[in-house]
Amino acid sequence: MRKTLLESLTHGSLTEPAPAPDETALAELASKVDRAAQARLGRSLAIRQVDAGSCNGCELEIHALSNAFYDIERFGLRFVASPRHADVLLVTGPVTKNMRQALERTYNATPDPKWVVAVGGCAADGGIFKGSYACVGGVSEVVPVDLHIKGCPPSPLDLLKGLLALLEHVGGKE
Amino acid sequence: MGILDSIPHVHAVPSHRPWPRVVVAEAGWRAAVDELAAGRLTLLGLWGEPAVVHMALLDEAVAEIAVVTYECAAGSFPSVARHHPPALRLERTIHDLFGLTSTSADDVRPWLDHYVWDKSFPLGSRDAPREAVLYRFLPAEGEALHQVAVGPVHAGIIEPGHFRFTANGEHVVRLEQWLGYTHKGVESLLQGANLEAAAKLANRTSGDSAVAYAFAFARAAEAALDIEAPPHATHLRALMAELERLANHFGDIGAICNDASFALMHAQTGILRERCLRAADAAFGHRLMMDVIVPGGVVRDIAPDGIAALRTLLAEIDKVFPRLIELYDNTASLQDRTVTTGIVKTEYARQFGAGGYVGRASGRNFDARRMLAYAPYDRLSFEVPVLEAGDVNARVWIRIREVEQSVALIAQILDLMAPGEIMSALPAGHGECEGLAVTEAFRGDVLVWLRLDRELRVQRCHLRDASWFQWPLLETAIEGNIIADFPLCNKSFNCSYSGADL
Repeated sequence: MRKTLLESLTHGSLTEPAPAPDETALAELASKVDRAAQARLGRSLAIRQVDAGSCNGCELEIHALSNAFYDIERFGLRFVASPRHADVLLVTGPVTKNMRQALERTYNATPDPKWVVAVGGCAADGGIFKGSYACVGGVSEVVPVDLHIKGCPPSPLDLLKGLLALLEHVGGKE
Repeated sequence: MGILDSIPHVHAVPSHRPWPRVVVAEAGWRAAVDELAAGRLTLLGLWGEPAVVHMALLDEAVAEIAVVTYECAAGSFPSVARHHPPALRLERTIHDLFGLTSTSADDVRPWLDHYVWDKSFPLGSRDAPREAVLYRFLPAEGEALHQVAVGPVHAGIIEPGHFRFTANGEHVVRLEQWLGYTHKGVESLLQGANLEAAAKLANRTSGDSAVAYAFAFARAAEAALDIEAPPHATHLRALMAELERLANHFGDIGAICNDASFALMHAQTGILRERCLRAADAAFGHRLMMDVIVPGGVVRDIAPDGIAALRTLLAEIDKVFPRLIELYDNTASLQDRTVTTGIVKTEYARQFGAGGYVGRASGRNFDARRMLAYAPYDRLSFEVPVLEAGDVNARVWIRIREVEQSVALIAQILDLMAPGEIMSALPAGHGECEGLAVTEAFRGDVLVWLRLDRELRVQRCHLRDASWFQWPLLETAIEGNIIADFPLCNKSFNCSYSGADL
């Protein structure tokens, strides 16, 4: 263990420089997010991830945000275990009908001010599962969405750019 | 034709490849169920169509597969689960989707149907609405027992499902799972889809096994059409399959240790996992390698600098991983959590035909790459690690050994690989045909069965994840353990929700 720890100390950091916030995300947020809510949270957001029926591909890339290369916590973004602690709901999947109620309840359990970020092609409009008897098709059909991050799945870099745009916007630093 | 010797059948279906499919009457169906119950055959799958049910059987002694089909004249079939419990959830699913009932079944509760779809029996021909009844969990009685309900929304970044614990103090007396939350109707979307659209859906059955599903789907379609992918394409497929296995095993080893609060391992394996995904992106143009494998071959060759990227990855793993194994092996506080925790009994692993590390950590020597030896694994040399202990620790060690095997396999393939064709032409048209394939995903065997129509569209396709036969064993593994060890046990299984909910 000592060897591994020592090497981590001496070998410099793997963490990569921060990407620029996504421009289209900034534009989408500018038209949606309530300015009054912005000042309250400063530059720190607690994120609650909700899988509303994804194939789990998006979850893999959301997980990757916490690894040494992306290190999402350096930006003041962190994942929390309960919607009661959250400012942001990060929702994936085409919203299966079996998950619809759970998503609504999670949203209602999140205190204001709150933001919803829909992650992945499915969360945008149902993606390849659109039209199924078992899917609602798109997170915005169930709860209001402030930002879409597209991709199948979006790469950790895409996710980071979108979330940084949200952070900029919430911090009032457009 | 060993399997079918003991199963009287009416006739064989000629267009089913590569293994036989036979239509049976009630006597044949019951004979097959008896073989399963006696442990002479393993249940590989049980799925429906509007008026028939199919059952895939494996004879492990001779590595043969057969599919038996029962025509449900009265909308019902003799229950398999009554005599062979591993069939239970599959049977409940057949009822939810097709409205076919299993006669004399003990448990007739719905499985995937939570009574919120617009129609009942969405894939069946039955047009009767289903009456919604309250879902009742199995009872557990005793003084001082209490229940803990968890999910569907869990505390971490994981898929949704409901767990109902009945506990006595800290000790779990019974765990019952209730899944189906991620049911997307994949099999209904597959019906009528062309091969390209269907392959995309197969990739997204369980995102962590995108390659394994695409591989199995492509092989099933190729079997049906009686064609083979070119040798170079099979090498590329195996490269992707082993990369996927590496990435997932690294993720799992770290996540299991993290659930025992050993974050150092999680951080280290997280780096290795990210390096795998970056190498995959460099070599095949997508971090999870989705949509590269298609029926006939692969859509693109490895990128010019892909081979170098993979060799760099292997060198890095060779440098770092032995030290991490040592770290795992020498950290007593970590072993204290994993050794003797969450034991899967070897007889259950055998009875349920549990695949992957769940089966191999409990003495079941099955790996589809070895037993069913599909291309290119029939020409590659590798070992299949098997342990007997069946605890969390054994499931970690199986993964560690498989990482070593996958690294060796990738190196072997890179040495063998020579430029060549990557696609075999698909026939423009073909008579109605059926194919079955099994591939080894990181968590176990994936089965794909399909029937194509004359225009090469999917008429019916069934995808069976290894999780179907692993989830029930998690219920047995947690019994007598403390609730606080559930995340550890659960992570050591890492079953797919999406893959089993479909």
